[in-house]
Amino acid sequence: MTDAAFRSGDHRPALLLRGGRVLDPASGTDEVLDVLVADGIVVEVGAGLTSNDAEILDCDGLWVTPGFVDLHTHLREPGFEDAEDIASGSAAGAAGGYTALCPMANTDPVCDAAAVAESVWRRGTEIGLVDLFPVGAITKGLRGEELAEFGELRHSAAKVDFFSDDGKPVADSLVMRRALQYAGAFDAVICNHSEDPDLTAEAQMNEGQVSSVLGLPGWPHEAEEIMIARDLILAEGLGARLHVPHVTTAGAVELIRAAKARGVHVTAEVTPHHLSLRDHLIDGYDPVLKVNPPLRTDTDVQALRTALADGTIDCVATDHAPHAPEHKDQEWEHAPCGMLGLETAFAVVNTDLVLAGLLDPLTAIARLTSGPAGVRDVAGHGGAIAAGREAHLTVLDPEVRWTVDGRGLHSKARNTPFHGADLVGRPVHTLLRGRFTLRDGKVQA
Amino acid sequence: MKPLSNLISIEDLDAEQVVGILDTAEQLLPIADRRRNSVPTLRGKVVCNLFLEDSTRTRISFDLAAKRMSAEVINFSGKGSSVSKGESFKDTALTLDAMGVDCVVVRSGSSGAPLQVSRYLEVPILNAGDGWHQHPTQALLDVFTMRRHLGDLAGRHVVVCGDVLHSRVARSEVQALRLLGARVTLVAPPTLLPPAPESWGAEVSGDLDAVLPDADVVYLLRVQRERMHRAFFPSSREYARFWGLDVDRLARLPDHAIVMHPGPMNRGVEITADVADSDRSVIIEQVTNGIAIRMACLYLLLSGDTEGAEVTP
Repeated sequence: MTDAAFRSGDHRPALLLRGGRVLDPASGTDEVLDVLVADGIVVEVGAGLTSNDAEILDCDGLWVTPGFVDLHTHLREPGFEDAEDIASGSAAGAAGGYTALCPMANTDPVCDAAAVAESVWRRGTEIGLVDLFPVGAITKGLRGEELAEFGELRHSAAKVDFFSDDGKPVADSLVMRRALQYAGAFDAVICNHSEDPDLTAEAQMNEGQVSSVLGLPGWPHEAEEIMIARDLILAEGLGARLHVPHVTTAGAVELIRAAKARGVHVTAEVTPHHLSLRDHLIDGYDPVLKVNPPLRTDTDVQALRTALADGTIDCVATDHAPHAPEHKDQEWEHAPCGMLGLETAFAVVNTDLVLAGLLDPLTAIARLTSGPAGVRDVAGHGGAIAAGREAHLTVLDPEVRWTVDGRGLHSKARNTPFHGADLVGRPVHTLLRGRFTLRDGKVQA
Repeated sequence: MKPLSNLISIEDLDAEQVVGILDTAEQLLPIADRRRNSVPTLRGKVVCNLFLEDSTRTRISFDLAAKRMSAEVINFSGKGSSVSKGESFKDTALTLDAMGVDCVVVRSGSSGAPLQVSRYLEVPILNAGDGWHQHPTQALLDVFTMRRHLGDLAGRHVVVCGDVLHSRVARSEVQALRLLGARVTLVAPPTLLPPAPESWGAEVSGDLDAVLPDADVVYLLRVQRERMHRAFFPSSREYARFWGLDVDRLARLPDHAIVMHPGPMNRGVEITADVADSDRSVIIEQVTNGIAIRMACLYLLLSGDTEGAEVTP
């Protein structure tokens, strides 16, 4: 981070997080410990720590974890500030326990040039609620034709090492092959939106029994799997680094599992909504439930949960995609795809996976922290809670029950599919370089 | 019967309600069929035809149905998405509500639009066809027509042949027939069958000739010629040869069997002119019956009567 950002953590009283259950996947720690933070740095982790001048933060009954890292966030700035901007999206991130977000490139202008990436990154630093690690476009204008300047983006102040045309696939196999090849020069990761566009030309929702009755054009699972299979074959041949975003089908899970077993350099993510929601919810044509890739079947949800637990899928990423109400309040066919995610991600994972006995707490936290941090360079976020490291920390109440209210979220938009849902677990405090960005559930603007 | 609050999907009805609508239509048929007079049943009521997709036939049918019962009719048309018109879908609905109409008949190219509209409005919504989803009055007029020819439909066998995938008629039709205890076989090129067709509760066959000897009704669906450009089938000629109804195939039907089509027909593709004009075809009757069914639906939605019409012509 910049010196200025670093200095902002200085000269504050030390903070002693006392008696929390420290869940630190990087070191495999899962025990009740104290964490002493000063000058933005973790000073000591241990039992029975004392400090004469530190402020005491009682963490009894709470979980103390690394700050969450989201590999897949749409902050909509520049260009679509009616839905979200970097300030509101950063606040949503802090409220969700995140200290690092990776804003996607499908802004206007597209993040296909260093100047755009740097302006997003600087704006994030000014707001100071989360650190931003912008995603660069794979191709200029997301057109799928010419490569964006990976080198310029990599060597910019934003240090972009992760490229995606998210929302649009790189359909041309030659362009995709070159992107994977060329990214190797800059130690960068290519993340391709997995969708064969010929198979989804009019698609509106998952193809199956539900789409059949609702009369909505189907989005076959093959469309996702064909693209993933192609990308895995290309990455394997080149020895290149591939990340698969928002995996949604049981077949895709099998492709990735087999590729990992062969030693392909692939990582993968899944969203909270694909881990939780099924296509049959769409019976009322509520466009809030319209998302790309679409909500799938129960078989797919079970496969995704298993894959997240066994590590086939490395991490949970939100695909937080705000849309203004006037865009969502349309006929299903005309409404845009996307759902909010940042402020409900932990609660969904906790409720549907941890409390359901499918994930132990340490693994769940790993998928939100060290998992995504292993996919790209996020400057120490999601890493170990250990002396000398920057204090990016999240304190969670794993037992609090709350009802999601779309109007009560920090996002400008309200398109959460969990509106009205009763979930368990919520961030209480979030610390970025030792400074509260969320304190007692309130964002510290 | 249970009162109707909206008519959006056949799925929302039970068998008793379907029979209630058919019985009401039976009583109203003499008025539907009459060229001049109307009855004062819905005098003072305002019916709005909200047609977001062109459909002259269906709109005229609803128009006549309302007018034969002395309701006032206003027409609100628009093409394409609501946003392309510069007014949101929601605002259009709220505007109609504020104007104090008593019932909105919605036609839309978007599946689900009538259900979405119903969430904004207090007044009854009548679905006049939405996307590929539902066309409930079409299904009701069809089973009404079948019942007039065949009596009770329980155990009867209806073959629905054509572009099932893109057909709102087929979805509604199968549900209505199942409610009345009929057996349905869907026949189509495999590319024009919906996903998981067995979940509709129908049988599926690719062989029209094989199912004809056992059919009480052959219901042909319109096949749009432009579908061949998206590789659904290679040519109209090939379609007609394997899935079209011509006089040779007509001869394979039992003597009592009838031929139906929701219109407009592609003569020479799904049905030959000879078959369309034959004495087995009840296609023109369907049109008249459509007015009676729409009268019955408007009557049951607007009058609050749950016993069936007490209207005498």
